[in-house]
Amino acid sequence: MIETLDRYIREHRFFSGLDEDDTALITGCARNVAFKAGDYVYRHGEPADEFYLIRHGRVALEMSAPGRGTMTFQTLHEGDIVGVSWLLPPYRWRYDARAVELVRAIGMDAKCLRGKCDTDHDLGYEMMLRFVPVLVERLQSTRMQILDVYGPSA
Amino acid sequence: MVPAVVRVARVRRELIDAWTLEIDPGADGFTFAPGQFNMLYAFGVGEAAISISGDPARPETLVHTVRVVGKVSAALAALKAGDWLGVRGPYGHGWPVEAAAGSDVLVIAGGLGLAPLRPCLYRLFAERDRFGRIVVLCGARSPTEILYRAELERWRRRLDIDVEVTVDHAGPDWHGNVGVVTDLIRRAAFDPPNTVAMLCGPEIMMRVAALETDRAGVTANATHLSLERNMKCAIAHCGHCQFSGDFVCRDGPVATYARLSRLLALREI
Repeated sequence: MIETLDRYIREHRFFSGLDEDDTALITGCARNVAFKAGDYVYRHGEPADEFYLIRHGRVALEMSAPGRGTMTFQTLHEGDIVGVSWLLPPYRWRYDARAVELVRAIGMDAKCLRGKCDTDHDLGYEMMLRFVPVLVERLQSTRMQILDVYGPSA
Repeated sequence: MVPAVVRVARVRRELIDAWTLEIDPGADGFTFAPGQFNMLYAFGVGEAAISISGDPARPETLVHTVRVVGKVSAALAALKAGDWLGVRGPYGHGWPVEAAAGSDVLVIAGGLGLAPLRPCLYRLFAERDRFGRIVVLCGARSPTEILYRAELERWRRRLDIDVEVTVDHAGPDWHGNVGVVTDLIRRAAFDPPNTVAMLCGPEIMMRVAALETDRAGVTANATHLSLERNMKCAIAHCGHCQFSGDFVCRDGPVATYARLSRLLALREI
């Protein structure tokens, strides 16, 4: 099982190029998970104690508002990371994540990984180098959505 | 400069604020290159530059999709079958369909930007064997604002082209992609050094999309954008559409990113 996880982590786009020692450290925090279509990966307000690397399938990030129902603001796909709220206190999810179809993913124990990054700053820096581009890309995309470029005045 | 007087054959509502006019151009038909535009004249109201969105292989029908943004476009959108209007054109440089032969083709459309690209897509599909991979990426504001949705669904069922659609926001009844169209570029399968990219949509979207195609490795000379500017004469005399040293009506509307990248960053033009 550990061997399979190790292979999944090596093959996942997010961990591409990670050295053997770091891969072994990360694998110690990982597990295989699957979600059926319609299952919630996590719900708003719950502790952000695990994040996910999608191996297969799609996940919708959603927020609900009274009178407006559920709005999807992003879908994530194979190769994407689901969940960033585990990075910073208060470690609570800020939105819902729902499997649109069968999702197979690597679940990463966030507390375990945070602990290893605190102990091994080289690993922490390596993780930061991988997470910051994801955060920046999502920020840029969000800016475009906020600008409503297809709106009436576009 | 004198418009031909033609008759609307059919009108179809596409979106809450967009209509497609099918125009009978007369016995000689109307030939054009994908990406070109016409000046449409709503009598008594005024003229507007509107891209041609029909099939270049069907000169017997001239097709324009008009979004209501002002008085002239509102008057054009209000036309009914049998009404008359004026047409001048076609004008401008279109998409580099011939130059794309043998290459992968990446088509990125945002919102109404699919309208000027549709003639190009018709031609690419009609001559499918001449091109490598054909990837079509479309962005829209919401599921109810996807232009030519039925046609996109039909194209998506083809096995020899890749079509992806995304919307900026959606409710729970939408099962497709949500996110900006530029996010689709990273997941699309094409060979960047051997790809011709064609982009059309709001200018902010095109700027970001061009940065993404550049990052992916598509050359700036092989990335083509269609600009939109206020036009009056359409023959490079009046200066309304002047874009630095160029006139969009004559030197565009389609131009390479190599030519436009610096200019797009200038707020003054």
